[in-house]
Amino acid sequence: MGKRVLLIEDEPNIIEAIRFILSRDGWVVETHADGATAAQAVRDKAPDLVVLDVMLPNRSGYDILTELRAEPELAALPVLMLTARGQKKDRELAERIGASRFMTKPFSNAEMLAAVRELLENV
Amino acid sequence: MVAFNVLILALVLYVALLFSVAFIAERRARAGRFGWLRSPWVYTLSLSIYCTAWTFYGAVGYAARSGLEFVTIYLGPTLVMVGWWWVVRKLVRIGRSQRITSIADLISSRYGKSTQLGVIVTLLAVIGTTPYIALQLQSVSLSFSVFARQAPGQLYLADQNATALWVAVGLAVFTILFGTRNLDANERHYGVVTAIALEAVVKLVALVAVGVFVVWGIAGGPADIFARIDQSDIATWQMRPGRWATMIFLSGAAFLTLPRMFQVLVVENTGEEHLFTASWAFPAYLMVMSLFVIPIAVVGLQMMPAGANPDLFVLTLPLSLDRGVLATLAFLGGFSSATSMVVVAAIALSTMVSNHIVMPIWLNMKRQGGATMSGDVRHVVLTARRASIAGVLALGYLYFRLSGGSEALAAIGIVSFAGVSQALPALLGGIFWRGGTRVGAAAGLVTGFVVWAYTLFLPSFGAGAILPAELLQSGPWGLGWLRPQALFGVSGLDPVVHAVFWSMVLNTLAYVAGSLISFPQPVERLQGAQFVNVFEHSAALRSGAHSGVATAEDLLVMAQRIMGAEQAQSLFQRAAAQQGKHGYLPDTTMEFVDSLERELAGSVGAATAHAMLSQIAAGASVSVEDLMAVADEAAQILEYSSQLEAKSEELSRTARQLREANEKLTALSVQKDAFLSQISHELRTPMTSIRAFSEILMEGRALEPAQLQRYSGIIHEETLRLTRLLDDLLDLSVLENGQLTLQRQLAMLVDVLDRAVETSFPANEQQLMLVQRNRAREALPLFTDSDRLRQVFINLISNARKYCDSDTPELRIEVQRRGDDIFVDFIDNGSGIATASQTVIFEKFSRLSDQAAAGGAGLGLAICHQIMDKLGGSIAYLPGQGGAAFRVRLPRLKQQAVNAAGMAVQQQK
Repeated sequence: MGKRVLLIEDEPNIIEAIRFILSRDGWVVETHADGATAAQAVRDKAPDLVVLDVMLPNRSGYDILTELRAEPELAALPVLMLTARGQKKDRELAERIGASRFMTKPFSNAEMLAAVRELLENV
Repeated sequence: MVAFNVLILALVLYVALLFSVAFIAERRARAGRFGWLRSPWVYTLSLSIYCTAWTFYGAVGYAARSGLEFVTIYLGPTLVMVGWWWVVRKLVRIGRSQRITSIADLISSRYGKSTQLGVIVTLLAVIGTTPYIALQLQSVSLSFSVFARQAPGQLYLADQNATALWVAVGLAVFTILFGTRNLDANERHYGVVTAIALEAVVKLVALVAVGVFVVWGIAGGPADIFARIDQSDIATWQMRPGRWATMIFLSGAAFLTLPRMFQVLVVENTGEEHLFTASWAFPAYLMVMSLFVIPIAVVGLQMMPAGANPDLFVLTLPLSLDRGVLATLAFLGGFSSATSMVVVAAIALSTMVSNHIVMPIWLNMKRQGGATMSGDVRHVVLTARRASIAGVLALGYLYFRLSGGSEALAAIGIVSFAGVSQALPALLGGIFWRGGTRVGAAAGLVTGFVVWAYTLFLPSFGAGAILPAELLQSGPWGLGWLRPQALFGVSGLDPVVHAVFWSMVLNTLAYVAGSLISFPQPVERLQGAQFVNVFEHSAALRSGAHSGVATAEDLLVMAQRIMGAEQAQSLFQRAAAQQGKHGYLPDTTMEFVDSLERELAGSVGAATAHAMLSQIAAGASVSVEDLMAVADEAAQILEYSSQLEAKSEELSRTARQLREANEKLTALSVQKDAFLSQISHELRTPMTSIRAFSEILMEGRALEPAQLQRYSGIIHEETLRLTRLLDDLLDLSVLENGQLTLQRQLAMLVDVLDRAVETSFPANEQQLMLVQRNRAREALPLFTDSDRLRQVFINLISNARKYCDSDTPELRIEVQRRGDDIFVDFIDNGSGIATASQTVIFEKFSRLSDQAAAGGAGLGLAICHQIMDKLGGSIAYLPGQGGAAFRVRLPRLKQQAVNAAGMAVQQQK
């Protein structure tokens, strides 16, 4: 079975860490590093869940999410947003544009795992 | 027999001495070295201009004709000075606090600054003084002709008219030179006053010398003199109480009202406390002056041939006994008496004429002409002054020619005294009675003047000269009670007593009546209160305090015209409140005047404000009204509006600056937020990896050894990245805050580059990039912080290594000298930096690539920029080189330092 997670992130070490955590729990983890083509990647790969970093090369995670939420078929897609900018206004902005969950880096592995499980249960 | 030439020589020398004394005193005063110029002794001696030629020569004649009566001429002033506390002190205080320039000014000022009163008093003074000046001219020419008669064959100067003309011209020159040098600060003429003080000594010495000669040289000492007096007619002389009282009154009144006396007594007074000395010293001076009058008269009457003019005994007695030196001294004494009087009288009269007649007319003409009065008022005043002096002396000379040289000097003096005394009721009433009004003063002055002219002045020319003999005999139109010398049927009186009595009585009556029936204007009330109560609102003005005091009201009036009523009033009210006073009139303290000047300077410019205030505050001759007119000019309004314009410009400039500062602050705040956010990101990113992998390792689950090694390697790598970031941040912080201490020393560029290249390539990566250098060209000495410079080079080389995307990466390091600079270019063969990005690469966190592998936080070039700034060089992106290219500019070592470097290098070797 294996639900599919699309990880949109540009830091190689972080990608490796998340991939390790989620794969071990049985997820199929696919990755994408470039902001500009990220939205298309979501459409193409049609994952069950998207983990989306805010600070991406060429396009911000907020823009990508806004674009995704504008499409009816993607409006309900669970999106977990990650940011290294831990300010309150970042969280508010993320929630306003429709992030399902918002997590600040660094996070604990257990926290990440729990969030992903919870999001998929709701699907 | 004294040679006539010797007399001429002595005279010339004496005149030269007077000129130089006046000149020196004036120069001292200008230099601010007042010293003895302000001594009470100089003041007292200057009062001696009361003793004119009339006193010097005429007193003896007076005594020969009327016995002791001549003493009355001295008693009046003596009484006034002894009673200085009541009248003179008040006059001096008012003169100082109100910046009075003349007696006409005082009366005009007291009665509401009336122009008409000023004109009346001025006319009175001119008419009263002109005969007196004529008298002095006459005395000099008379005494001169006495000498000339003694020297037959040398008659070329014996023409009395010519002598008088020469004297008049000479005096005019002296007076113009020292009396109108400037209008600075006040009306004091130190040069003139000092010269007349010297003359006072000369005339005293001369008269005493003649007296001593008469008593001990001709007679056999005091006992013999008393015996001779007893034998003479003078012993049988009877005292006439009415005439005595009149004469004492007259001389006292004249002492206060004569323009020249007012000038030295009040205007030239430099300190109220001088009055204390003068109150006894001046009477003493008069006493000494009068000591030998009777002996000289008696001996003269006995020894000189019958018909000899007793007015000239002082001169003719020594001459007849062939005492040439003594006679010359006597002549100089008489000359001194005459000239000092004329000089001061001319100054006083010219001040009055120019201030009360010429200036008002000039201002009026200007106003009617519609022209703006922005010209130099002072220049006009000075010109008016000089013309007035010449005019006054010309009048005196004219009178001398017309009167034909009456032989009795004393008679003219008394007529003069009676004339100027007409100002007394208005003067005394003005300073003691607040009820006195302008109408009253004018009525009194005109009445007194007319009565005086009718009863004394006109008849003094002799029956039929001006007034027909018939009128003198039976009155006008046959009205007996209007006979000039027997008004209202009062006949049998001495003409002088009669004239003084009627003129003063009618004058005073008219003054009081006029004051009672008229209603004073507000200004009159105010001035009246200020004059009468002068002691209550003015501090004693001691010598040295030459700031002068303006009335707050004058200042307010002027300030209102310049600043506008509302602003000026609130300014004055504030100042008054600060002094603990209610209302709008603060005390005119130095501080207040200074602050006012500053305020005014804001409207009319500092120079103008200062000039206006110093004129008001120091009582210069330009009257306040004149200044008001000047202040009213359109020019002022223009100035004011241009000031407003400047102010609004200044305001908008300030607003602009504020806006810019605000924008800057906002930008800074945004920048700070962005920076913090960026820092947060840069710190959290490595920490995320570290945390994730360390948790994985902590779980203790079995991991493959390769995995274990890899994950712990990542943790290690990320901690290094964090450390680098923190190092860079600290570096940048130090650089930006300017806390960096440079360790400058001599270094060779080639060495710095060698070490930079070495450090930039870890041992296993050297082959990955080709570095091209020309080490020979790099052999340049530097005086710099080589560690910091190396840091810059390492940064540039590392960037090239990390970001150069060529398959065969190459880096060229080129060094060239250009002028005073050294250029070090770092050029790689990659694809370079996009034009749009070239401008931002030196900003913080401007990392263009997203490769975390690059290992930097995007602070490197920002740090380089800061360092080069500190080292006195610069760093810039060099476009158009194919790949990424940076140019480092270094300041070249100065030739001197190169030599020092060479030596240092040699020593090291």
